[in-house]
Amino acid sequence: MAELLKVNNASMIFGGLRAVSNLTMQIDEGELIGLIGPNGAGKTTAFNMLTGVYEPSEGEITFNGQRINGKKPYQVTQMGIARTFQNIRLFSELSVLDNVKIAFNSQVRYGLAEAIGRFGRYFKEEETIEEKALALLKIFHLEKLRDETAKNLPYGEQRRLEIARALATSPKLLLLDEPAAGMNPQETKELMEMIRWIKKEFSLSILLIEHDMGLVMNVCQRIYVLEYGICIANGTPDEIKHNKRVIKAYLGEEVS
Amino acid sequence: MDTGSFAHQFAQQIVNGVSLGSIYALIALGYTMIYGIIKLINFAHGDIYMLGAYIGFVAITKAGLPFLPALIVSMIGAALAGIIIERIAYRPMRHAPRIAALITAIGVSFFLENGMILLVTPQPRTFPAVFAPTVYHIGGVVVNNQQILILASALLLMLALTYIVNKTKAGKAMRAVSYDSDAAKLMGIDTDRVISTTFALGSSLAAAAGVLVGIYYNSIDPLMGMMPGIKAFIAAVVGGIGILPGAMLGGIIMGLVEAMVSGFFSSTYRDAAAFAILILILLYKPTGLLGKNVKEKV
Amino acid sequence: MKSLRQSLHKQDLLGLGIMVVLFAVFYLLFEEEILDDYWETNVVLILINIIMSVSLNLINGLTGQFSIGHAGFMAVGAYTSAIITVKLGMDFPIALIVATVSAAFLGFLIGMPTLRLNGDYLAIATLGLGEIIRIAILNIDYVGGASGFMGIPRLTTFPIAFWITVFVVYFIKNFKNSADGRACLAIRENEIAAETMGINTTKYKVMAFTIGAGFAGTAGALFSHYYYIAHPASFTFMRSFDVLTMVVLGGLGSISGSISGAILLTGISAALADYPEWRMVIYSIVLIVLMLNRPQGIFGNKELSLKMFQSIKLGGGSRGGTAQSE
Repeated sequence: MAELLKVNNASMIFGGLRAVSNLTMQIDEGELIGLIGPNGAGKTTAFNMLTGVYEPSEGEITFNGQRINGKKPYQVTQMGIARTFQNIRLFSELSVLDNVKIAFNSQVRYGLAEAIGRFGRYFKEEETIEEKALALLKIFHLEKLRDETAKNLPYGEQRRLEIARALATSPKLLLLDEPAAGMNPQETKELMEMIRWIKKEFSLSILLIEHDMGLVMNVCQRIYVLEYGICIANGTPDEIKHNKRVIKAYLGEEVS
Repeated sequence: MDTGSFAHQFAQQIVNGVSLGSIYALIALGYTMIYGIIKLINFAHGDIYMLGAYIGFVAITKAGLPFLPALIVSMIGAALAGIIIERIAYRPMRHAPRIAALITAIGVSFFLENGMILLVTPQPRTFPAVFAPTVYHIGGVVVNNQQILILASALLLMLALTYIVNKTKAGKAMRAVSYDSDAAKLMGIDTDRVISTTFALGSSLAAAAGVLVGIYYNSIDPLMGMMPGIKAFIAAVVGGIGILPGAMLGGIIMGLVEAMVSGFFSSTYRDAAAFAILILILLYKPTGLLGKNVKEKV
Repeated sequence: MKSLRQSLHKQDLLGLGIMVVLFAVFYLLFEEEILDDYWETNVVLILINIIMSVSLNLINGLTGQFSIGHAGFMAVGAYTSAIITVKLGMDFPIALIVATVSAAFLGFLIGMPTLRLNGDYLAIATLGLGEIIRIAILNIDYVGGASGFMGIPRLTTFPIAFWITVFVVYFIKNFKNSADGRACLAIRENEIAAETMGINTTKYKVMAFTIGAGFAGTAGALFSHYYYIAHPASFTFMRSFDVLTMVVLGGLGSISGSISGAILLTGISAALADYPEWRMVIYSIVLIVLMLNRPQGIFGNKELSLKMFQSIKLGGGSRGGTAQSE
């Protein structure tokens, strides 16, 4: 399979703190990868490096052969990496539909003059975006809530909306930051199904940060484990389950 | 000879700038404390300074008080005004959008300015000279006793404030609320009271500045707080908003810049220079000279 | 389901119809002198203030960038247009265009570096820049310096002011409902998320700031060509505060709100003109009381729309008032 994302010895240093240290990672097309580790291990920092929020202090990150270092977050998104946030970041005062429409923005092909004068491609493009957005909402069972203000949605639906919105940017790689946080077991199970399904349906690669071990072991093909910013293991769920260093990192010194 | 007069002129402007700057610093301290604690640009703060000047004026001319008692009366009066304004106009807005609170502050500022115009007419009043002016010549530089008075009073007040904030229980509570008001509340701190104390302290410093300015320029009017208010806020931002030594430093810098620009160029550019410094600082170090960079956590 | 094109055309035609009627009514009232000059002056002032508030709303309300230097751009428009008509002897339409373009250009220049700043820092920086513009003008003798630019012909008429206002409101309404407008809304709601959605936030912030500044320039040109004079004292930060108040009072992000805010505050001010000494006191009390009771503004972030009336008539329908955002 073709290589999609390559992280080569990337580090993120804040002052004297190495939040992520010499991370090397590879994601191929169509893979579903997990990124786990104890709290404060540097997982979200790694996401921020991958999406251009932070520029790596050392090392190189490439996506489809193009360098990500030094790119702005919006450029990274336009290259084909989308993400969700650990603490949900919706456009909370806007409608559910507008939340998704905004994500289609870089695909819009009409100019300012056409928008103000309402001629040319404006109508056709607006209708296309609306159709596409509604189709996405339908997949996530949100189409009935299209006019609801995003902040009024229940928690689980906000998470789903965030994923729908990320998909609207037509990514090749989707980064999910703790998608199951705050969900009950039933919701988590549904989410698991959904992740598998969207991966196939949208021919995506997915990188997933998650604390719910059941979910990670179940859906991921490979897993990277971070501890204190250092990648201490990577491998299949089975290998990770039996890796001594991982068990030590999670359960502490005595148990090993 | 030329270089000599330049040096004199320069030293003279430093004296003028430091006197003016210590006034800005006193106003800026209140601004920065109030901003630090409720994140509100209290646009009415400059008008509290005006109010303080008028209270001092009445205390001296009508009640015949000498300088020090008049200063204290003015500080107490302004502290009360600060507490009342916070209680009536700002407390209900604490959970409102911040821009709405800002508009309310602008409303309070309009109210104080125009209320005073109604009450005392827009005509400037002559502030009585509490001390016979004495002029000292120190190596060709002119220093008068009013400048010394301003500097000494400002220094004393700043020392007192630093002591209150750093050493007393009330000061500790203020720092706690400004750091994290929700956590402070959970620790049993009465945040409403702390905020009132902050307004009282900040307002009394502004009032002291008002009286000192009255003595320095001999003239007060209901709109005298507009520009100094804005400039004091700029001073607070330049030094690093929420940081007490920052406000003092910012105030002195603003005073010096104004004195230099007025002395060497033209006083019409005085205000523009103040704003230009603000913008330069914001562009190169947005958190101010003494501020720490804090990035939003993603 | 009707196509977007049909439903929008219907809305636009209806809106235009209402505007024509409104215009005709006021035009006749002024022509027949049923309403006197005092009324006409205030109506023109309201129109100018609507342009100011709606354009500031684009920056503050729609894009969420806290700017309080709008008076500076108004000054640029007021002075450049006066140079065009008085010094260069050209026509008013050219002056209007030059005023708009030069204010927009200055907005672009200022916006590029300053819009990196957030919240209150941006606010104080824009306030400072507005004042710097004013002080710079104050020191240019070519345009009259401290005594102001005098002898400007009154070329602003009620019809000109009215239709320019309609144009500006239409422009900003359509902007709000376009992809660019949605990008601005996204920045207001959550800048980091907007960036993650592929939106170049700097570009859109500068775009909103440039457009907003440009229309403030238009308002300035109308202003100086109505009052015969452009004076630095007319463009202090107090005017910026005034406009900001109209925007917040009406409801940040709501175009209908900005229009209502401009009408309400200009109206109050005019109504109190007979009591000059009480005027500003009452004005400030009204302002404080309104903000305390309705901090989200008259309209919140909703728009006045037909749906809103329909839902009132039907006695329900909480989803009203969003027609324009569709």
